[in-house]
Amino acid sequence: MDDVSGQGPGPVVAFDSVGKRFPGAANGGWVLRGVDLALPPERTTAIVGPSGCGKTTLLQLVNAVHRPDEGRVRVLGEDVPTAGVERFRRRIGYAVQGAGLFPHLTIAENADLPARIARWDAAATRARRQELFELAGLPDGLEDRYPHQLSGGQQHRVGLCRALMLRPPLLLLDEPFSAIDPVTRSDIYEQFERLREHERASILLVTHDMREALRLADHLVVMGDGGIVQAGATGEVAAAPATDFVRKMLTVAA
Amino acid sequence: MKPTVGRRALAALAGLAVAAGLAGPVAQAETGARPIVVASKNFTESYILGEALAQLLASAGFEVEHKLGLGGTKICYDALAAGEVDVYVEYTGTIIGSIKTIDNPTRDRLTVALARDGVEMLPPLGFNNTYAIAVAAPVAAAHGLARVSDLAAWPDLRLAFSHEFIERRDGWPGLKPRYGLPQTPTGIEHALAYQAIVDGAIDATDAYSTDGELARYPLTVLEDDLGFFPAYLAVPLVRADVPVAARAAIAQIAGTLDATEMRSLNAAAIGGESIESVAARYVAQVAQTGAGTAAPARTAVRDDAWRRLAANTGRHLELVAWAIFPATLAAVLVAVAIFRIPFLSRAAVYVAGLLQTIPSIALLALLIPLTGIGVLPAVVALFLYALLPVLRNAVTALTGIDPTLRRVAVAMGLTPAQQLRHVFVPLAMPSILAGVRTAAVIGIGTATLAAFIGAGGLGDPIVTGLALNDTGLILEGAIPAAVLAVVTELAFELVERVSTPGHLRASGR
Repeated sequence: MDDVSGQGPGPVVAFDSVGKRFPGAANGGWVLRGVDLALPPERTTAIVGPSGCGKTTLLQLVNAVHRPDEGRVRVLGEDVPTAGVERFRRRIGYAVQGAGLFPHLTIAENADLPARIARWDAAATRARRQELFELAGLPDGLEDRYPHQLSGGQQHRVGLCRALMLRPPLLLLDEPFSAIDPVTRSDIYEQFERLREHERASILLVTHDMREALRLADHLVVMGDGGIVQAGATGEVAAAPATDFVRKMLTVAA
Repeated sequence: MKPTVGRRALAALAGLAVAAGLAGPVAQAETGARPIVVASKNFTESYILGEALAQLLASAGFEVEHKLGLGGTKICYDALAAGEVDVYVEYTGTIIGSIKTIDNPTRDRLTVALARDGVEMLPPLGFNNTYAIAVAAPVAAAHGLARVSDLAAWPDLRLAFSHEFIERRDGWPGLKPRYGLPQTPTGIEHALAYQAIVDGAIDATDAYSTDGELARYPLTVLEDDLGFFPAYLAVPLVRADVPVAARAAIAQIAGTLDATEMRSLNAAAIGGESIESVAARYVAQVAQTGAGTAAPARTAVRDDAWRRLAANTGRHLELVAWAIFPATLAAVLVAVAIFRIPFLSRAAVYVAGLLQTIPSIALLALLIPLTGIGVLPAVVALFLYALLPVLRNAVTALTGIDPTLRRVAVAMGLTPAQQLRHVFVPLAMPSILAGVRTAAVIGIGTATLAAFIGAGGLGDPIVTGLALNDTGLILEGAIPAAVLAVVTELAFELVERVSTPGHLRASGR
C-alpha cells in the first residue's frame, strides 16, 4: 500500500503547512493550522475527528470553496485555481450528508445535472446513469420519481451516483452516511465499495465515525483541535495509536 | 354650489403633494385636431352639465371625449390645468374658496389667477347652488329648527357632512365658529347622506340648494341666517387654448338655468332617467332659446350593457396585467440580486411594505402631479402595490433554501448563473407564483379605485353608481370585479397544479 506521505505516483491532494482562519472563531480565529497531508491516488483516505475539529473546512479547501490563509494546497497535480473554479470543481465529485438531492428535480434529473452542465449528450448521460445506478443497486423505475418518494438509503446512493457522474478522478464525501440507520448502512457500504472498485477514483472521506473509517478507508488521518494528530495506513494506526486521544477514538469504535 | 364629493384622504394628500412641490403638471402640446375633453365632477348635477356640454359640442361638430365623473375639485381642476381636460363646470365659491383662495375676490383677480393656469372662466349658467344644511323634517319639527342658528341649542344632534364640507374653510370649519355650533360631525359620502337621513341614521347633512333630493325627501332646509355661505354660481371653466368655435358652443348655456330648473333636472336623474336623456332635454331647450342647432346628438345613449361590461372588464384586466408583469419581473430581479445579502433583503422587503401602507386613493392623488390622470398613474400605483407580495415571497424563498443544497450546487461546479437557473429560481418558483397570485388578486380589487382618476375599468360603474346613488350601477362594477378575483385565484391554482410537483406547492397561501 502507498504511504500516506505520498511516494509513488504522486499525491492527488497535497497540503503543505496549510492554515485557515475565520475571523471571530476561537484560537485567534485559526480553524486549521500547520496541516500537512498527502492523499495517495486510487485509495480511500478517511479524515476522522470530532465535530468542530476543522475537517469539513479541510474538505472545502480542496474544492476551492475556501482559500488557505497560510501554506499551499495542490489538487490533482496543480495549485487550486483562482479563476475558472467551476471547471475545476467538475473534476471533483461531491456527496454530502442527507444526500443533498434537489427536491424539484426527478431522480434522473438530479443524477444527470452534472452531465447536463458539462454538456454531455443525452445518450451518453443516460448510459452512464444506468451504469452507476446498477452498480449502486438501485432498482429500475426510480428515474421519474422525486427524491422524497425514495427511501433514505436510495437517496444517498443516488447522491453518490450523481457525484460520480462525470467520472471524477477525485471524490469528496462529507459525512455521507451519517444520517442512515445502521442496517441500511451496511448495505450501502457494500454498494459503495462496489462503486469504488469500478470507478477507481481517489476518495477523501470526512467522518466523525471511527468505525466507518476503519471499515472503508485504506488510510486514516485522525484530527484533533485544528490539526492532524496521527496519519497512516489504517492497519498501522489501529495497531499503534500515537496518542491517548487516538486510542480513545479506536476504543469507542471497537 | 360646491359639491365635489371629496374624499378626505385624497384632498389632504393631494394638498400634501402640492406642498411638497411635486405639483407642476407639464402643459401638454396641443394639436389642432384632437377631441375636446369634457369632464365633470362626481355628483349628479355635474354629470348632467358635463353631458350637456358634450352634446352641445358634438352638435357643433366637435369630436368629444367624455371624462364625466372624473373626481373631486382637486382632480378636475388639476387635470384642467394640466391640459388633460378642456372644460368642466365649476362653482365660483369653490374657485374662490378652494382652488385659488382669493381673499377679496373680484372678477378681475379671479381671471388673472386662472389665466396663470391657462384657464378661462365663461359666464355663469344662472343658478346659485350654495351650501345648505338639510334636516330631517320630523327632527326639525320636534326641535323647532328653522335657521342654522337653531342648531346651537341641540349638541346631541347627529350631523354627518360630506368629507369635502368638513375640510373646506367655507364649510364646517367656518360654519362652526360663526354659529357657535357644539356638535362634532362625522364624514359621509354625499350621495348616501339623504338615504341616511330618511333612514333616521343621521339628523342633518350638508346639501346643495339645487339637489333634486330636497324636493323628493321630507327635508327641512335651514336658513343661513348669518349669511355665511358664499355664492356658488355654476360657471364653465375652459382651457384658453380651446378653439373659439368650441368656446362659443359652450357659452350657449350662459344664463339658461335657474335653481328650480336645475333642481328638477337633478330630480329627474335621481328618479331614474338617464343622464344622457336629461341632458338632451336641457340641450334642446338651450337650442330653442339660443340660436344654436343642438340636437340630442349622442346616439349610443345606452350602450349594450354586455358590451360595456366587456369593455370595462377588458380595461380592468389590462390595468392589472400592465402592472403585474413588470412588477413580477422587477421584484424577482431585485430579489435575485440581493438575497445573498441579509441586510439588503430586509431593507427591500421593508421598503416594499412601506409602499403598501400608503392608502391607494392617496397614492393615486400623489401620482397625479407626476403622471397626470388616466391609465398611467393607475398602472404605476398597481405596480407599486404588486411589488411587495412578489418581492417578499421571492426573498423569503431564496434565503430559505437548504444550505446543504447551496453547498452541493457550488461543489458540483455550477456557475452563479447556473445555480440561479437550476437551483435557486426553480426552488423559489412556487413561492414566487403564490406572491404573484396575491398581487394579482389585490390588484384586481385596487384597480376599481383607478376610476377615480379616469383610468376606467370596473371601478367606472362603481364610482358613477356611488355618485348617482344607483345600486344597479355599483353592482355592475362590483360583481364582475369579485368574479374576476375568484377566477384569477382559480387560474393561478391551475397554473400551480400544472407547473409544480405536488410536494413543492406553496398553495393555500
